[in-house]
Amino acid sequence: MSNDRDCSESLCTAVLDAARDSRPLKLLGHGSKAFYGRESVGKPLSLTEHSGIISYAPTELVITARGGTPLEEIEQALSEKGQMLPFEPPHFAAKGTIGGAIASGLSGPRRPWGGSPRDLLLGVKLLDGRGQILRFGGQVMKNVAGYDLSRLMAGAMGTLGILLEVSIKVLPKPPQEHTLMLPAGDWSVTRPLLHKMLIEGIPVTASYSLGEEHKLRLACSQARLKQIQQDYGVESVEHQVDFWQALRDQQLDFFQQQGPLWRLSIPAAANIDLKEPILCEWTGGLRWLVSERPASEIRSMVEKTRGHAILFRNGDPAGEVFHPLQPRLAEMQKGLKQVFDPEGIFNPGRHYPDY
Amino acid sequence: MHDRLTLAGEFRKMLPEECVIFREEELIPYECDGLSAYRKVPLIVLLPYNAEQVEEILKFCHQREIPVVARGSGTGLSGGALPHEQGVLLSLARLNRILQIDRENMQARVQPGVRNLAVSEAAKPQGLYYAPDPSSQIACSIGGNVAENAGGVHCLKYGLTLHNVLQLTIITMDGERLTLGAGSLDAPGLDLLALFTGSEGMLGVVVEVLVKLLPIPERQQVVLAAFDDIETAGNAVAEIIAKGILPAGLEMMDNLSIRASEDFVHAGYPTDAAAILLCEVDGVDAEVSEEIWRVREILQQSGAIEVRTASDEQERIKFWAGRKNAFPAVGRISPDYYCMDGTIPRHQLGKVLKMIGEMSTRYGLRCANVFHAGDGNLHPLILYDANNPGELEQAEAFGGEILELCVAVGGTITGEHGVGLEKINQMCAQFKDEELETFHAVKKVFDPHTLLNPGKAIPTLNRCAEFGAMHVHAGKLRFPELERF
Repeated sequence: MSNDRDCSESLCTAVLDAARDSRPLKLLGHGSKAFYGRESVGKPLSLTEHSGIISYAPTELVITARGGTPLEEIEQALSEKGQMLPFEPPHFAAKGTIGGAIASGLSGPRRPWGGSPRDLLLGVKLLDGRGQILRFGGQVMKNVAGYDLSRLMAGAMGTLGILLEVSIKVLPKPPQEHTLMLPAGDWSVTRPLLHKMLIEGIPVTASYSLGEEHKLRLACSQARLKQIQQDYGVESVEHQVDFWQALRDQQLDFFQQQGPLWRLSIPAAANIDLKEPILCEWTGGLRWLVSERPASEIRSMVEKTRGHAILFRNGDPAGEVFHPLQPRLAEMQKGLKQVFDPEGIFNPGRHYPDY
Repeated sequence: MHDRLTLAGEFRKMLPEECVIFREEELIPYECDGLSAYRKVPLIVLLPYNAEQVEEILKFCHQREIPVVARGSGTGLSGGALPHEQGVLLSLARLNRILQIDRENMQARVQPGVRNLAVSEAAKPQGLYYAPDPSSQIACSIGGNVAENAGGVHCLKYGLTLHNVLQLTIITMDGERLTLGAGSLDAPGLDLLALFTGSEGMLGVVVEVLVKLLPIPERQQVVLAAFDDIETAGNAVAEIIAKGILPAGLEMMDNLSIRASEDFVHAGYPTDAAAILLCEVDGVDAEVSEEIWRVREILQQSGAIEVRTASDEQERIKFWAGRKNAFPAVGRISPDYYCMDGTIPRHQLGKVLKMIGEMSTRYGLRCANVFHAGDGNLHPLILYDANNPGELEQAEAFGGEILELCVAVGGTITGEHGVGLEKINQMCAQFKDEELETFHAVKKVFDPHTLLNPGKAIPTLNRCAEFGAMHVHAGKLRFPELERF
């Protein structure tokens, strides 16, 4: 193990000091997602020293680790027991910590079938803005005692507190995965085929579409794969582990384009008709778009589908990155911030401009 | 104090006559939910037809500071919908329409009063179903499922209500309609959808729910395994998981539950076994056959004395009928029973059951155990007779002790039934003051005057101080021999 150290005490002191003077802190992991979200000002506070797996019982399907534990250390430990983090967290260009993976709320290609960080988060040990150490949730699958405040931390961008420990549900890794090419063609033709396969229970674990090219990742036996090829007239190729990882980490050429990269989260069957190329994941539920169009145009287009849009990369970090909230919801969000971080010290402005 | 007749008159100005129930004899059916040991007659019951009427009711109650308790089908087991004597009981039973089955996006839009099973029935022609299946699914409502974050026997693989709901339309206590979540897999801002799911009607009233639908599996098959020792059965569960199998359902019953169920539904259970396991696998035909074979092998190697695969769909349903009817079956062998709902790390099962056995002897009350073994959710059913003076109190004390034991071994006091009023004292054992204060502060963000379901789910610090004084005997905590988590 690379590092096994409990730094709760020093982190607690740092928080108390900051709270006393209402001095903001900028929470830092490995910086793998530094590009993501709004710009935050504050004294940098590194969380990577607070690291190490605290408990991992494969037969309980739960791992508990300190927030600063590197993702790769966790994935390595799970892999040795044939298990995985079901939300397939992106690592992007750097290492990434488990705390950052939860705080960013981002999932990889397996998301529609494996769940998201909030789906898999079972409990947290939180250091709040008063310097209190609080436990919410637990290490068991089912727990409805008290409000679900642990899941509130997933995707909160570190604005509510420091994740000292997280407990996460893990799952067995599929024994075999395969890569399948769907017939080349327009998305409007591919989507119905994809939908048919989903309704008929084909074990898809990832999907990718760009232009005329469409790929699927499946988890099934060799025999089943053969049957699927026959039934749907599709072709399997040698499994492309590297490709799916590059998709997860945004290393594909598509993501190297200059210009604002938009992440559109929409109902899978929604129709988005633009001249710019769109990269689709999650069988249509997640679409990536590089576009100079005004934010208001993109957001209102996506709202019509009942979805939302995030300006993921190459935007103005002082502007509006996350989809604006309806006023009452924004007010509730500020109310919650006040509960956990009354002095406003954690990552101010990182998530939304006003909190 | 609000006057019943005056208020009824005011509500009848905003609602059709049949929506306002205020005559004493008509209020009686609403005096409890599924936990009938606790009863209170509400001031008034309102049965609105639509969200607009819910808005009006809440605005009015907010203005007049009248407490509101929302209610679905009243099947809850923790007293979460127990009425408030000075408040309105707001039944959502008439908001019972399935608004849309969206095959393309595999979603269903429903009103909160729709029954859980009705969603799957409506989706069936499209080859889809709604996965969470609490045992009360023929009666319980989706709104209630959201309030309690209901589980079921298939959550290990398919998740809880939380994992299967995409969007909620809620009405705040002051009458504003809001949408939480989205039509897509994630939503912007803090995850208020997760916060509302399982919040026991304390933060807002749900008037519409968008749920995920899944393709109906081609085949389901179940294996029944018998064990002469309950710990061996527990180890077999761990072995199945260790081998990388994720069963659709994995349930355990102890001898007393086996015998009660067998007498009731004749499921063909071996009545001399100390424990049985039911392990269900689903998927496409060929893969199910392969996996069933592996499960059988693991069970045999783990010391099962008998392993039986259901010979046909009829027998599969029979195997499940025994488990799904375990509660009423126990109801037949005892005048009353009290159902507990703790969750424990699975490896603690042997120890916990042994200690429950000792408590059973000490309290002189029998206890049957059914267990969602896959996800560690234990339902001890304490058998008692309310006609014997003091026995209900004994059963409550026994139950309280079990829940505190669950916390002490690293688990929780409630896995799926909710805290309600029933487990409010045990919340003091699970959470410290700062955590409870945080819960109260969160409540105030959404309901500053604490009018929604007051007195439930989260105990006041005063209550905990009194409860603690009762429970720390001679300065000693319960279960001093256990490591605290």
